[in-house]
Amino acid sequence: MSEPLLVLELLRFTWPGDAGPVIDRLDLTIDRGRRVFLAGASGSGKSTLLALIGGLVTPDSGSVRFAGQDLKTLSGAARDRFRADHLGVIFQQFNLLPWLDAVANVRLGCQFSRLRRDRAGNADQQARYLLAAMGLPEDRWNRRADALSVGQQQRVAAARALIGRPDLVLADEPTSALDAERRDGFVELLFEQAEQAGSSLLFVSHDRQLAERFDEVHELDDLNRAGDPP
Amino acid sequence: MTLLGLARGSLANRRAAVALTVATIAISIGLLVLVEQMRGQLREGFYRSVSGTDLIVGAPTAPVQLLLSSVFGLGNPARNVAWQSYRDIVADPVVAWSIPISLGDSHQGYRVVGTTAAMFEHYRYAGRQALEFRHGGPFEDLFEVVVGAQVARSLGYAPGDRVVLGHGGGNVSLHQHDDQAFEVSGVLAPTGTPVDQSLYIRLAAHHAIHIGWERGLPRPGDTLLPDQARASIERLQPDQISAFFLGLKTRAAAFGLQYEINRYPNEALLAVLPGIALQELWRITGLAERILRIVAGLVVLAGLLGMLTALLTTLNERRREMAILRACGARPWQIAGLLLLEAAVMTLFGIIVGLVLAVSAQLALSPWLLDNFGIAVSPAWPEAWHWLVLAAIWLAGVLVALVPALMVYRRTLADGMQVRQ
Repeated sequence: MSEPLLVLELLRFTWPGDAGPVIDRLDLTIDRGRRVFLAGASGSGKSTLLALIGGLVTPDSGSVRFAGQDLKTLSGAARDRFRADHLGVIFQQFNLLPWLDAVANVRLGCQFSRLRRDRAGNADQQARYLLAAMGLPEDRWNRRADALSVGQQQRVAAARALIGRPDLVLADEPTSALDAERRDGFVELLFEQAEQAGSSLLFVSHDRQLAERFDEVHELDDLNRAGDPP
Repeated sequence: MTLLGLARGSLANRRAAVALTVATIAISIGLLVLVEQMRGQLREGFYRSVSGTDLIVGAPTAPVQLLLSSVFGLGNPARNVAWQSYRDIVADPVVAWSIPISLGDSHQGYRVVGTTAAMFEHYRYAGRQALEFRHGGPFEDLFEVVVGAQVARSLGYAPGDRVVLGHGGGNVSLHQHDDQAFEVSGVLAPTGTPVDQSLYIRLAAHHAIHIGWERGLPRPGDTLLPDQARASIERLQPDQISAFFLGLKTRAAAFGLQYEINRYPNEALLAVLPGIALQELWRITGLAERILRIVAGLVVLAGLLGMLTALLTTLNERRREMAILRACGARPWQIAGLLLLEAAVMTLFGIIVGLVLAVSAQLALSPWLLDNFGIAVSPAWPEAWHWLVLAAIWLAGVLVALVPALMVYRRTLADGMQVRQ
């Protein structure tokens, strides 16, 4: 493995209006194809970290380097393109546009990226393939997203994050709305498909029961030195 | 799926609210287009009726009143014109033709005009078009009547039918000239002018049926029976008429003759150029038109503000959707563009539905206008500059949506991929 996929270096970020940084002196490296578990309670700066990796906010100092490219050097539009091209995102809930059906929601994942559209080939077919792979019953594929159960919605969200084989899938508490049984099945399928797509996985959760299945486990509190003495 | 596809899905998701917004815009556009169209059509319709006449002469009154009473049967002439004055004026060498008219009678709400055969020979409408008979021909006998197209259609008259004329204008005539029935000699082809709403009888007949009615009621024994009237036709030359139309050999002579008529020494007379009288009428109605226009414009504004309200109220519920799109790599301008696109689609539909409404309203109104004013209004597409106005409204709709679009733009930048509470 030549170069790490993602390198965060001495990252520091303060939300406008806040007294102190929510993230400070954070270092993290993710290699290609790795499954990384990042443990952290809510309020520990998880969402901020994901926004930094997604290029939605820029750090006060430090750097986010993705495949050797420092995001700081990119314009806002270029960062949006980078996100569309290289990242798939799954949140805890509210992942889907409620008025689109499952297939259309999955296709949204490559809507804004030519690269991922090209990789997906026939986007419609690919969306159906991923929905099947994530275990969504076929009779749900053309249902509106808001007619699906929470578990089904998360499967659709995972399929969307994976379509067009992004380099990195960011998963922010994707299982906390699921019960234990569904949670394990979901993570299993997510692993399988991420591996097939060749995507690295950054899985952020407070649920440390899941941690043992990952290649690497980090505690966000250890990485993030916000609030620590300088 | 494109941005347009997303806009369509989002609109379809809010069908009811979108339909209401489109309806609001459609009604406002319909009103605006209708006001403009009717204005143009009415003017054209009025102009059509007088465009072949060079001068209208009657007793002194307001020029507009003379025009309205003589041509359109609206209101009554103030006084009459002496027959002798008529003879004098039409003797002028610049006069090509003349049509005397006597008003005051009606039949089933349609006005009865006493005139001469010159009416069918010389009257011109819509530029140079002469009257044509659809059935039969001009009146010859004293008690024959020619009916306009609309009269014939609504009352079912054909040549040979017998008609009893009422006295006085209006729909309800208490007194009928029922001892002097007329026979229909001909039916005129439709003209889209008040001619369609009129019945024409000979001047002498008009005079004859009023002998004995000088006090407004028949005096028993004094009225003429038809055969008596026919026998004394020479004596039935009227000594007064209501007004007369003049056609001149050259249009340029109109001003000179008008000047002379207005200074006619034996009797106070008024000659008007119909085009100029119409201009005066439009000046009077212009204020009302302007007010209607302003009202229509304000209604359009209200429609667009309604759309703005509808868009703004969706912003909170859509905040999450915007964040999802952001997470999928949508740029802020694409998300703002989604709102502009939705506004563009809604305004466009509003304009299209509004045009349909306006045309339907014209279709619905035209029979009423034809019946009551003899003005033919045919639904037409807006003129070129109306399209420009509609395009400007469409643009305004998109511009209005800039407000929520900018709000969304700023919000998506602040929210990032997840809605921050």
